[in-house]
Amino acid sequence: MKVEFDYTRSLGSVLSQFMSALKQHSILGGVLADGRVVVPPPEYDPVTHAAVTELVPVSDFGVVQSWSWVAEPVAQQPLEKPFAFAQILLDGADAPLLHAVAVDSPADISTGMRVRVRWAEQPTGTIRDIAWFEPAGDAVTEGSASMEFGAPEVTGMTSPVRLAYDYAASPEETKFFRGLAEGKIYGQRCPKCEKVYVPPRGACPVDGVPTTDEVELPDRGTLTTYCVVNVPFQGQTIPIPYVSAYVLLDGADIAFLHLILDIDAADVRMGMRVEAVWKPREEWTTSLDNIKYFRPTGEPDADFDTYKHHL
Amino acid sequence: MRDVAVVGFAQRQMKELDGSPTCLEILVPILADLYEQTGWTKSDIDFWCSGSSDYLAGRSFSFVSAVDAIGTLPPVMESHVEMDAAWAMYEAWVKIQTGEVDTAVVYGFGKSSAGILRRILALQLDPYTAQPLWPDTVSLAGIQAREGLEKGLWDEAAMASVVARSMSDAASNEWAIRRGATSVEDVLAQPLYADPLRRWDCAPVSDGAAAIVIAAGDKALQARQRPAWITGFEHRIEPIALNARSLVESSSTAAAGTAAGTAGVDLAELHAPFSHQELILRSSLGLADDVRVNPSGGALTANPMFSAGLNRIGEAARAIWAGDSDKALAHATSGPVLQQNLVCTMEGR
Amino acid sequence: MAKVPAAVIGVGQTHHRAVREDVSMAGLLREAVDRALEDAGMTFADIDAVVVGKAPDLFEGVMMPELYLADALGAAGKPLLRVHTAGSVGGSTAIVAASLVQSGVHERVLTVAFEKQSESNAMWALSIPVPFIMPVHAGAGGYFAPHVRSYIRRSGAPGHIGAMVAAKDRNNALKNPYAHLQNEGTTVESVLASTMLWDPIRFDETCPSSDGACALVIASEDAVAKSGVKNPAWIHGTQMRSEPTTASERDQVNPQAGRDASAALYKQAGITNPLEEIDCAEIYVPFSWFEPMWIENLGFAPQGDGWKLTEAGDTAIGGKLPINMSGGVLSSNPIGASGMLRFGEAALQVRGAAGEHQVDGARKALGHAYGGGSQFFAMWIVGSEKPGN
Repeated sequence: MKVEFDYTRSLGSVLSQFMSALKQHSILGGVLADGRVVVPPPEYDPVTHAAVTELVPVSDFGVVQSWSWVAEPVAQQPLEKPFAFAQILLDGADAPLLHAVAVDSPADISTGMRVRVRWAEQPTGTIRDIAWFEPAGDAVTEGSASMEFGAPEVTGMTSPVRLAYDYAASPEETKFFRGLAEGKIYGQRCPKCEKVYVPPRGACPVDGVPTTDEVELPDRGTLTTYCVVNVPFQGQTIPIPYVSAYVLLDGADIAFLHLILDIDAADVRMGMRVEAVWKPREEWTTSLDNIKYFRPTGEPDADFDTYKHHL
Repeated sequence: MRDVAVVGFAQRQMKELDGSPTCLEILVPILADLYEQTGWTKSDIDFWCSGSSDYLAGRSFSFVSAVDAIGTLPPVMESHVEMDAAWAMYEAWVKIQTGEVDTAVVYGFGKSSAGILRRILALQLDPYTAQPLWPDTVSLAGIQAREGLEKGLWDEAAMASVVARSMSDAASNEWAIRRGATSVEDVLAQPLYADPLRRWDCAPVSDGAAAIVIAAGDKALQARQRPAWITGFEHRIEPIALNARSLVESSSTAAAGTAAGTAGVDLAELHAPFSHQELILRSSLGLADDVRVNPSGGALTANPMFSAGLNRIGEAARAIWAGDSDKALAHATSGPVLQQNLVCTMEGR
Repeated sequence: MAKVPAAVIGVGQTHHRAVREDVSMAGLLREAVDRALEDAGMTFADIDAVVVGKAPDLFEGVMMPELYLADALGAAGKPLLRVHTAGSVGGSTAIVAASLVQSGVHERVLTVAFEKQSESNAMWALSIPVPFIMPVHAGAGGYFAPHVRSYIRRSGAPGHIGAMVAAKDRNNALKNPYAHLQNEGTTVESVLASTMLWDPIRFDETCPSSDGACALVIASEDAVAKSGVKNPAWIHGTQMRSEPTTASERDQVNPQAGRDASAALYKQAGITNPLEEIDCAEIYVPFSWFEPMWIENLGFAPQGDGWKLTEAGDTAIGGKLPINMSGGVLSSNPIGASGMLRFGEAALQVRGAAGEHQVDGARKALGHAYGGGSQFFAMWIVGSEKPGN
């Protein structure tokens, strides 16, 4: 299961200036009330809590204060090959910056080592404009690139977050999904309240015990209530407008959401009798979308009293 | 303040939970355990509070279906913190202090194995200047460990002895993931993984859930003969930035410990996901050398996110119930490299 | 043991907008926090503990953002709690902060709730396709619209009630400089003419997506006396209730958790006839039809009759029970903060500090929030007099 989004962050004045400077290959530190210069600049003074307003350039050379070897880098880190994360005290700053140091092995880095910025080839106005640090050798700083103060050029940034999760269903759900792969809908009865849940539940939401006795349910039932979705959104997979409805299968004690087709949205009614339309058998998987949608059966509508307690 | 005690504790820890991120599969038997321990049923519980994380589960509102484990019709008085459940217990303890309720169940759960935990936790960092680099949990701990090593505050052998003692003690903990008699030499023979850390210096990625029952006064005595009476309950936070605090001491733990009162403590369960962090915590709390630390094996042997802190309280309480401790201290941590810390002291009477 | 009387002595909020591109997350929170502290005549040094609330972390893509925010909130060295109870979180957060004072643990607590929705997209965050399940979900509107349809069917309410609520709240918002939507000229007719999004919910009947924050300073009786604040909003009662998202025969239109919470709340606050004794209410109405639904759920009207109060104009400023004088969630919806805004606006009313949207002589006000699938409820009653007086 993928959870991916490019977050758009607005920066506020301090971070805007910091990011704008990075884009011009200059690093700014924040001047705190006690005179210390801190990189990255905090937005608020840690002691007085007032907004930090003074920023000064610091060097793009510095010294490693502490470090840790990254033997197995994870996605989106500054380097894909093993590297070090380090606290680097830039010349002119009073507190270290956390960043990456590109060296080949842990033997090639040590506390006290001088390092210099390797600027990214394509400036983006983010902390990633510092691609990483590398050993400075005997090189000496030429001073930070000069920069124009003024209205900050960068006021926002994009932060891509790409995560992947293994999705696992509960044992009760697993049974349900395996049934679907064979064209069957299995519910389970709560051993205490005897209500039939579909899908079955790891815990009956009333009694807190797993549902147990299996009940095979028909693929037809009553539409209890619905809405017509007419709004597009990112990640949407069904063309709009469509009817999203609660379907109460005959013999079940709880309705679930599904799609209603083969009827004009304007003609859909509460109480309408519906039946499943399955995908061709060869396309079945362990998913509720084996049922493509529900359609009207043509039977008379169910009486309101028969489903009103399911609203 | 009202007298409030821990009277029930149950947990499950495992390397990989074969089940959903809501952890219902283990929460249901855990709550059943608690009912059995206390002789109570759902209707005896006045307040419920849980701790968990949407990012661990990879979806919004992951805690919502977990309430099914309670069975919440009729409705219950319930709350949730996006923190380790040790802080959920703090919220419940405060609720009892208002006099509105007398009993509470707190629970925490998390399936850390669903994603790459050390990477996901980078999302806790400053979203503008730190997170975009994806500094992983292990690297941050490595930076912290090296600083202490190079300043001479601890050495490899001290770290290894924490690991060896934890794994050896965990031999008798049925829920520990990494356990068995281990010597300092065994530990030092392991290769460095994230120099200066060995894999055993880092808590294993763990899934799990835990729950605790707390109750006030006579209610507590109904449920257990020798309840673990809470004598101090405090927590503090520090700035997140690694450059805005000392990494080799834990000022928030020290402040919470001082406020909670550590005098007379004979046993401490410290939530230290990295071996050197136990050393930091011990010195920040000023624990005497004869205080038994982490007889359960601690977080180095199983660290289920969002319940591991609560587990420390549960383990310490259990030692009091059993008469193995007269006054115990439990500690929980949250955030990057010991940013936020909680101390709960308990005594038997 | 007697509860320590507690009161709201500082209220602060941001100017809510679709995108607050001028500030970072910390800057957004500080705007509300600085105003609340100023209102209370305090600085960070006076604060004992901080309680932060917001809805899902996926909205901003920061895991437990209170950790990063701790420093900007002046929380370093202090206790900090982070509450997350879905949409009700702004209310629950205020309740947790109140309990820290009422328990006698702290004297002065700062609480803040926020959402910076422009960092992502709530529809996306709420509709991430989960394997095996039909992706028919379409954000919160898609979730709630079928239940609104059920309400209309059950109550027999006429179709324009939702539009009446929307027009009222949008016009109230014009009196509130902090409100996000400032849509002049909104009428029942213009709402009815707006696009149907999630039939039966129209575009103008939905809440906006906002960036915003709300902060409160809650103080003990002693701390109130020392503060010099002359018009505290005393907390007369707080309640939270939860029930499952889905359960067989669960009433999704008039959930028992809301009914139970309000009944307990009135008992706590010594109220026997809420319609007569409560002067105004800020209720969590993200879709216009929830006004009549919650009127019934909160016991202001018998089941099926809530819409009659709306239709009679009783919920307008100057009516019998003014609701959402600030413009409500329909006019500003920074999700995590929305509940606290309701709680804070209730406090402003009984403090006589609600400016142009003040209800004359308001002495008791209800603040209300709900979340999840109409399953988490948080509410409080604040009054101009100390409880019991």
